[in-house]
Amino acid sequence: MGDEFTLGRIFLNLLIATKWTIILSLIAFVFGGIVGFLVMLMRISPIKPLRFLSWIYVEFFEGTPLLLQLFLAFFGISVVFGINLSPLAAATIALTAFTSSFLADIWRGAVEALPKGQWEASSALGFGYFKKLRYIILPQAVKLSIAPTVGFLVQVIKGTSLASVIGFTELSRAASQINNVTLKALLVFALAGAIYFLLCYPLSVWSQKVEQRLNQQT
Amino acid sequence: MGYTFDFSVVWDNIGLFIAGALLTFRISLIAIAFGLILGIIGALFRTSGNRILNAITLAYVEIIRNTPFLIQLFFIFFGLPKLGIRLNAEQAAILSLSINFGAYSTEIVRAGVESIPKGQVEAAMALGFKPLKIFRYIILIPALSNIYTALIGQVILAVLFTSVVSQIATEDLTFAGDFLNSRTFRSFEIYFTVCLFYLAIVWIIKGIGYWVERRFFEFAKYSRR
Repeated sequence: MGDEFTLGRIFLNLLIATKWTIILSLIAFVFGGIVGFLVMLMRISPIKPLRFLSWIYVEFFEGTPLLLQLFLAFFGISVVFGINLSPLAAATIALTAFTSSFLADIWRGAVEALPKGQWEASSALGFGYFKKLRYIILPQAVKLSIAPTVGFLVQVIKGTSLASVIGFTELSRAASQINNVTLKALLVFALAGAIYFLLCYPLSVWSQKVEQRLNQQT
Repeated sequence: MGYTFDFSVVWDNIGLFIAGALLTFRISLIAIAFGLILGIIGALFRTSGNRILNAITLAYVEIIRNTPFLIQLFFIFFGLPKLGIRLNAEQAAILSLSINFGAYSTEIVRAGVESIPKGQVEAAMALGFKPLKIFRYIILIPALSNIYTALIGQVILAVLFTSVVSQIATEDLTFAGDFLNSRTFRSFEIYFTVCLFYLAIVWIIKGIGYWVERRFFEFAKYSRR
């Protein structure tokens, strides 16, 4: 057989698919970040119905498996609205919901970790609600939330592997397909794992470093 | 929107959902128990002061935490038979979930162990406690109370992760949903119901967790500054 899958070819095919893992992670993080920020604002807002709605949102998407969210987006939306969603579109929707609910929770935690006096002092200075957020609360909360946010990015990258289940071809699906052809499961999945590790590990280390630095300061 | 929701498919097959939920519950429980044992052993190794044990455990933790569970599952389910180790879907699911949870709980338990001041252990030694007793009463239980919240959070994530084992045809809750979906195409109703089942499981764990915390770790509130 001249068309045999050599180690080099397997690796090359996996690398090509890695591009989609990275793109999907970026999409999830950008959209998840935007939606998550809005949900976080709702969670800390003084308006009760907004708080309640955002609580339900976070509770639902944090309390259900990402895999099911992908199924709901891919099969559920297609059936209910009578449209054909591409795997990429469905993965974008599900990963955005997943990422945003966790980020909203992380960022809310950071805001609530700030001493109440910060709010009171800025009230005393006559700041309006959004001015308080913009100049007093958020800049401090950002500092607190960098480490857990970067740490969560690792979860997002790993989460994109589940998009393979609804037929989106990224690293995991490519690995499954190559395994189906070559039957070299140990090699193929070890290589795929190694690529994921190379993507995730630097972020894990970075997140830990930031956290240590923050702990030393306080 | 011309779609009418019809949840009768759920009621007609409620037994299937419940059977799936029970399997999800069972593999979660077994995997969490094994994972916790792994985590305690891992934390012992990490804090043992032995360089080799520490390095091996650290490698295990970092590899598992920085690769997707799906890949770990496929590696074990499709890969181990190549080494002559035959596992059925459920065994592969439990093995990979245990290994996965073990890595996360290693770091959580280690954080707990390191939260115990050295003087406390030295005091116990001075009082003539045997090493195993020191570990149990002076390190493990107080440490557990420190990491309890983190551990419950990780348990919940682990239960949600079990949904992935449906991909190797373990007949869990998610698999029940897939099975029904392929027959009836009532996708939204089915998967939404499956989601509610997971939510219920998560809330039950949170409830039990809250009860255990109040029942067993109440003392920690007073001993902490």
